[in-house]
Amino acid sequence: MLRDYLYPEYEAVRNSDLCIGCRACERQCSNEVHRFDSDLGKMVSDSTNCVDCQRCVCLCPTHALKIVKSDHTFKLNANWTQEAITDVIRQAGTGAVLLSAMGNPKEYPVYWDKMLINASQVTNPSIDPLREPMETKTYLGKKSEEIQRDRNGNIIPETSPQLELETPIMFSAMSYGSISYNAHKSLATAAEELGILYNTGEGGLHEDFYQYGPNTIVQVASGRFGVHEDYLNAGAAIEIKMGQGAKPGIGGHLPGEKIVDDISKTRMIPEGTDAISPAPHHDIYSIEDLRQLVFSLKEASDYKKPVIVKIAAVHNVAAIASGIARSGADIIAIDGYRGGTGAAPKRIRDNVGIPIELALASVDQRLRDEGIRDEVSVVVGGSIRSSADVVKAIALGADAVYIATSALIALGCHLCRSCQAGKCNWGIATQVPELVKRLNPADGKERLVNLVHAWTHEIKEMMGGMGINSIEALRGNRLMLRGIGLTNKELEILGIKHAGE
Amino acid sequence: MKRIYVNEEWCLGCHLCEYQCAFANSGMDDMVKALKGKTIHPRIQVEGDNKISFAVNCRHCSDARCVKGCISGALSRDKDGVVVIDTDKCVGCFTCILSCPYGAIMPSSDHSVVQKCQLCMDNASGEPACVKGCPNRAIVYEERI
Repeated sequence: MLRDYLYPEYEAVRNSDLCIGCRACERQCSNEVHRFDSDLGKMVSDSTNCVDCQRCVCLCPTHALKIVKSDHTFKLNANWTQEAITDVIRQAGTGAVLLSAMGNPKEYPVYWDKMLINASQVTNPSIDPLREPMETKTYLGKKSEEIQRDRNGNIIPETSPQLELETPIMFSAMSYGSISYNAHKSLATAAEELGILYNTGEGGLHEDFYQYGPNTIVQVASGRFGVHEDYLNAGAAIEIKMGQGAKPGIGGHLPGEKIVDDISKTRMIPEGTDAISPAPHHDIYSIEDLRQLVFSLKEASDYKKPVIVKIAAVHNVAAIASGIARSGADIIAIDGYRGGTGAAPKRIRDNVGIPIELALASVDQRLRDEGIRDEVSVVVGGSIRSSADVVKAIALGADAVYIATSALIALGCHLCRSCQAGKCNWGIATQVPELVKRLNPADGKERLVNLVHAWTHEIKEMMGGMGINSIEALRGNRLMLRGIGLTNKELEILGIKHAGE
Repeated sequence: MKRIYVNEEWCLGCHLCEYQCAFANSGMDDMVKALKGKTIHPRIQVEGDNKISFAVNCRHCSDARCVKGCISGALSRDKDGVVVIDTDKCVGCFTCILSCPYGAIMPSSDHSVVQKCQLCMDNASGEPACVKGCPNRAIVYEERI
């Protein structure tokens, strides 16, 4: 309807002096923003469907294009923001739930940016990671409380199953279906080269990727897509997904259009049917029920693989984590409210859950207080944006971090938050063959490897500066952190002092 | 020898290689100056459609038909195996265009002589411009047996 017309939020702007009319922008835009007008004899743009993914900007050989935030505006109103008015108009027109993608973009505090890292001066030496050994190797899993000896006094070396990571970073769950075959291949091959793990997400494991099993975490979610005995035994660990930071408390819905060929086969559901993950696991209504699933999975995998339980960071996360630690799980993964998604109701994404920094600090503290911290490893995700975030997370008590948005950005994602449309111009969040092939996995792998190598170098530099030479010694070392611009309550929850103290 | 190869699986049909080629062989230092408002005559050409596409340029055949058929001796293989054209000798008979099984030789912009890919060894690019400018690493410059 005419009255529902909304001026485009972003505009593709072309510098006609620079445009040579090569039409690469036209060929590369799946939203059909650009076209060659033969009457005018030049390229023209219609920004109505522009999602600001930057594909045309990057590929334009003469840099003739840029995307700008439109200066078109409603009458300014601090309460009724542009976004609030726009959303009402959209919903009045469609009657629908608003969908969006990727992590919560709202202006909530980012606690990573309100914590500062320590460095050594005079009284304790800093360490040069280029000259001295610096250990980033990390083991995830249940740690033995005490040394066990056999009848002859020899140490019994068997421990609970452990995951070995060369650096405390893993690629978090993104299902085959929500992201493309080539994106999965990039993640799998990069994890193999880096000596870390990637996560299948809830869509099962494509048969081509069983070969990367030692670097794979297989996920079991409420939809149980693609779960069978070989799948459970294919990876190095099994993750039970109870929740996701971007949409705590709700399930998932992969539309039938995306359930094509291999995806239907991998998920073990008919082609074209919607893949609906229920909000709860219908067999889990208590910690005792969770324990049953944990041990069912352990039984199915011969007790050889650690079981991870992934939850979203919500209000009572510390108590929930305590329950999980007692359920027999080996690793708890916590996903903060800024964690990404391929599609989520906008209201849920923007309003449900809590920051991962606070959740991590309170979980770590609770598990310590209860004397069960060694029963589980803690992995956190939900917007780890840099190596500094990794260092701060580990100092707050994490054993390792999960990254996904950062990994997607390395693969080409520009956070246009339109994954739900399935027309990803970067070949990541799409199943359209012509778009999927835009991500060459050889290139994708190299960029992921570069990113994790770069971060690992920086982690070593920061640890060295603190005079610390292993991740072990940094873990839970909150004295290495100071808050800045935080209230007493926030400092108390984070368990850190204020800068200057 | 190192040749330019195109991995069809990763070719997006964006045609950027054609523009990079035309620019590299324009002798100018700015792509806008070189190509704006002009019809390009690239030595690499993308065949196909949106679904399957493939950039084609000279294969530098070891037993090149164009070299064999050249009536004026303008085409030859140099010591590295690159099939090169001496435009001073070319008489524009276009026999090579007819004999090339890949369609990789074409008339120059003024149709007086022919032009072909010489792996950017005849311009200031330093390395094949199509390879450098391919956004998806579909075009590679490598040794294959």
